[in-house]
Amino acid sequence: MDNKRKYVIPGDVVTTGPFRPEQNVILEGNKIISTTIGISEIYDDSVKVIPLTGKYIPKINDLVIGKVISHTSLSWELDINSCYVGFLPAQDVFGRDFSAHADELATKLKSGDLVAARIANFDRTRDPLVTISDRDLGKIDSGDLIKISPSKVPRLIGKRGAMIQMIEMATDAAITIGQNGWVVVSCESPEGLLKAKKAIEMVNEKAHVANLTDQVKEMLESKGES
Amino acid sequence: MGGRDATMVLLDENGIRCDGRKVDEPRRIMIKAGGLKNADGSAYIEFGDNKILVGVFGPRDVHPKHMSNTDTGILRVRYHMEPFSVGERKNPAPSRREIEISKVIKEALEPAVMLDKFPRTAVDVFIEVLQADGGTRCAALTAASVALADAGIPMRDMVAAIAAGKVADTVILDVNNEEDQAGQADMPIGYMPNLEKITLLQLDGVLTPDEYKKCVQVGVDGCKIVYDLQKKALQEKYFGDGGD
Repeated sequence: MDNKRKYVIPGDVVTTGPFRPEQNVILEGNKIISTTIGISEIYDDSVKVIPLTGKYIPKINDLVIGKVISHTSLSWELDINSCYVGFLPAQDVFGRDFSAHADELATKLKSGDLVAARIANFDRTRDPLVTISDRDLGKIDSGDLIKISPSKVPRLIGKRGAMIQMIEMATDAAITIGQNGWVVVSCESPEGLLKAKKAIEMVNEKAHVANLTDQVKEMLESKGES
Repeated sequence: MGGRDATMVLLDENGIRCDGRKVDEPRRIMIKAGGLKNADGSAYIEFGDNKILVGVFGPRDVHPKHMSNTDTGILRVRYHMEPFSVGERKNPAPSRREIEISKVIKEALEPAVMLDKFPRTAVDVFIEVLQADGGTRCAALTAASVALADAGIPMRDMVAAIAAGKVADTVILDVNNEEDQAGQADMPIGYMPNLEKITLLQLDGVLTPDEYKKCVQVGVDGCKIVYDLQKKALQEKYFGDGGD
């Protein structure tokens, strides 16, 4: 491992000097201190720590998988595996001529339904506003839900989607990854589904292993032959 | 509780304490990060004969709602001793002492955790003392800090804790149950090793100003030993044996 990347725990000094603190680091005097367990990365002018643990914190424009918890006459509430609930207004689904008298929310989404949604707005003063009015968003009708740690989502996607593309190609499965750690897999063939699920779980467990892509590839191929 | 044995020698002429330790030697400490599947973060510590399990949840919704703060997240700590943790059965209802320790541990952790990023949420820390042998608040604080890091709660620094004290007119590190009962002073210290800040300092007993200074110094040095073990526990869980 090159000297720019380092394993850190809270309180560890990542580096000193004129760097811009980015994710999960704070500036204390002239020291840059990690605030979480993770891998530190030092760039030309900035420092960040990629976390290895922790809950999902909503970010604007993130694609998430949500589960409908309940609804009022004006909006749905989604469980997005975070400390905040996702807020999905009825206008988003019914359009601007939505009327609380005429339209019944339960006809579109019932509690327990899974949806692919995008975080439309979020700041510290209120719960995240989500939207499902976009291409590829909306109710998910079929597939299996797998829950992985949100901090391992980037690993599952891989460099420019290398890992997930490889899994999709090898198993013919359609995989939707929510940034919140929920993943939906659907596949025509039961074997492909099982294999894809196994591969995702493997990434979740062995996220810190170096040549994981090769290992997953090997697993996918070995099963294919038998 | 026992321990008040008039014939017991707390410190013999060779500088060896009642359990065979030297004056500046802590008890055997073992820390393990993780272990509880359903908690967001957890830790287990064996500190001499103390055995303590800590589970952390959060950040999560606050219930009851009126406790929530729109500016920041809140930290809640419950320190609890099992009925079987001491010689004679302890009533499981929270006692005066447990409420106090919950409060001091909470206040010792607050300078370290950065909950301002999670307004309207709570982080809950549950500390269960399975076996107690003096110095549980320090051991509990040490383990709670590991569990918080394991849960991924942003922290400025780890908090390590150990007690210093005085027996037979000598300043010692890591007071055990017998020394606590029969000794002259007991001073639990919580310390953030990288920021070099003290977050917990209590004192039960009488010390001269010089002894006080020495006690703090001995305690801070002890905290650094504890910190190394905290670090090791987290590295073992997250990075395997390799470390960095």
